[in-house]
Amino acid sequence: MSAVSGHAGTLSARPAQLATASRRDPWRGVRTALRYAVLLIVLTFCLFPILWVIGMSVKLPGEYMRNPPVWIPQNPTLVHYTNVMAQKGNLALKNSVIIATGATFLSMLVGSLAAYSLARLETGGRHFSFWLLSQRLMPPVVLVVPFFLLLRTLGNINPALGLDSHASLIALYTVFNLPFVIWMMRSYFEAIPAEIEESALVDGSTRFGAFRRITLPLAVPGLIATGTFAFIFSWMEFLFAVVFTRTKAVTLPVAVAGFSGSQGSNWGQASALAVVAMVPVFALALLVQRHFVRGLTLGAVRG
Amino acid sequence: MDMAETATRTTVAPSGPSYATRRRIEGWMLVLPALLLILGLSIVPLIQSLVLSFQRWDLQSQEHPFVGLQNYRDVLLDARVWAAFLNTGIIVVCAVAAEFLLGLGLALLFVGDFVGKRFAMPILLLPVMVVPIVVGLTWRMLWDNQYGAINQTLSWIAGHDVNILWLAHRDTALFAMIVTDVWQWTPFMFLVLLAALSSVNPELYEAAALDGAGWWQVLRDVSLPGISRVIAVAILFRALDAFKIFDLVYMFTQGGPGTSTESISWYIYQLGFKFFRLGYASAVSFVVVIIMTVIATLYVARFLRGGDA
Repeated sequence: MSAVSGHAGTLSARPAQLATASRRDPWRGVRTALRYAVLLIVLTFCLFPILWVIGMSVKLPGEYMRNPPVWIPQNPTLVHYTNVMAQKGNLALKNSVIIATGATFLSMLVGSLAAYSLARLETGGRHFSFWLLSQRLMPPVVLVVPFFLLLRTLGNINPALGLDSHASLIALYTVFNLPFVIWMMRSYFEAIPAEIEESALVDGSTRFGAFRRITLPLAVPGLIATGTFAFIFSWMEFLFAVVFTRTKAVTLPVAVAGFSGSQGSNWGQASALAVVAMVPVFALALLVQRHFVRGLTLGAVRG
Repeated sequence: MDMAETATRTTVAPSGPSYATRRRIEGWMLVLPALLLILGLSIVPLIQSLVLSFQRWDLQSQEHPFVGLQNYRDVLLDARVWAAFLNTGIIVVCAVAAEFLLGLGLALLFVGDFVGKRFAMPILLLPVMVVPIVVGLTWRMLWDNQYGAINQTLSWIAGHDVNILWLAHRDTALFAMIVTDVWQWTPFMFLVLLAALSSVNPELYEAAALDGAGWWQVLRDVSLPGISRVIAVAILFRALDAFKIFDLVYMFTQGGPGTSTESISWYIYQLGFKFFRLGYASAVSFVVVIIMTVIATLYVARFLRGGDA
């Protein structure tokens, strides 16, 4: 993974020799033009669907159900936002915030301890950390049936732990985030020199004290980045959410998917709710931009 | 958490357990909560699922008798399983291949610094950050034959009215899923390959330039070998992820028309929560796990053997 996390832009430090060689290159202007032309097309392609769903969310039915379609909203309105939030949006937003926050907090707490142990004490060696990682290679659908039976049983004992509860999704997302959190945090802990901590140990500090007072503060940027990714993954999850929730614990993706049956008629509200689900992730992504490569390569392993 | 005598003190007092032992106990204590969670909510359910796969577990039946390998025999004879495998395979192969080629092309174009890079990069990464169900909804609207922007754009290009019912036929629906997946995940490939290309030793390019190598030779003999390992890992991760495809099927076709666009995840979901054939759904799951493990192991042995991923 080390090659992946190498930083961009090393090539610009090419020796002057090569720079002059490329300055004589007659194709240089053409290549620059080509680069910007491709860039323009790619940026349009990336942005267009996002702008489309935002546009749909502010169009009235007369505009979003017209053939040929109206590309730019003529009479922008926020009525879909107020309607959808009043109907099911507020509950879904609240549920999503509770579940993603809970799962993030728990997986960071449990995962960071384990990651510290793997990084500093080399617990279990390389095989153990790969075993942890391999947990997330399996398609999550495989676990849906046994989880369902487990939650049904738990629900008979205490409804707050069973199907359609916050606690059940928090627990499942915590477990599904763990391998990712452990691998991310392990790499951050490994980047902090062990010597600082060892000198504290020599001065009579306990291992936990050294961890809390020295290593943990140094790992804060890594904690923030990892926690943000864990939050985003929990926020986006759909399969478990749609199987294990009915009404009380419905999350934003499930609420958005609830509109899937209707061709056209409810697209305004569906899009408004979709924008509500989408925008917080963009805001969080700005926070972790620098950590993207590391986060996504490990994140892809997660369920 | 208070088990730590310090390292130095332990070595002075040989009566207690050795430093190494203490370290190991400390280490496992810290890992224990994570391990318990994973065992309880991942390994135990997996074993339970294995047990279920040998049972008849239907909604109608009160009892869940063991039926040996009957579920597995049914899987082998179930055309819907293999059709779902084929659909999933087509989507994975086409989407990941397109994402890799496009991502590599873009990465080669954008390696190094240029004016506007700081502005362009965040926009390029936006698709990855869109909630998958929102991607499904958005593209469901775009592919719509009446109100969608895609038929409209094609009409402009063709110069006459284009009315393709993208999601109403198997082949065009699979194509739509592939294009949508490519939209969301090409930036991932691009980003990973760009980072890898940027970390190839610049002296190698210098040497190649002095030897008078053309860009194709540089690509084939310097760039690609230098990043082959990253390519292998990126393709593996992306393929494993694409194999789980569920959200797009849910939003685009719900497996239809008929059952023609079912993916593996979708079919298992149907078996479990529409037909409540939990035993049979578990058997299908295990066949999937076995097939995926075999393919992934072969892949790792072929492309990633030796060294650290």
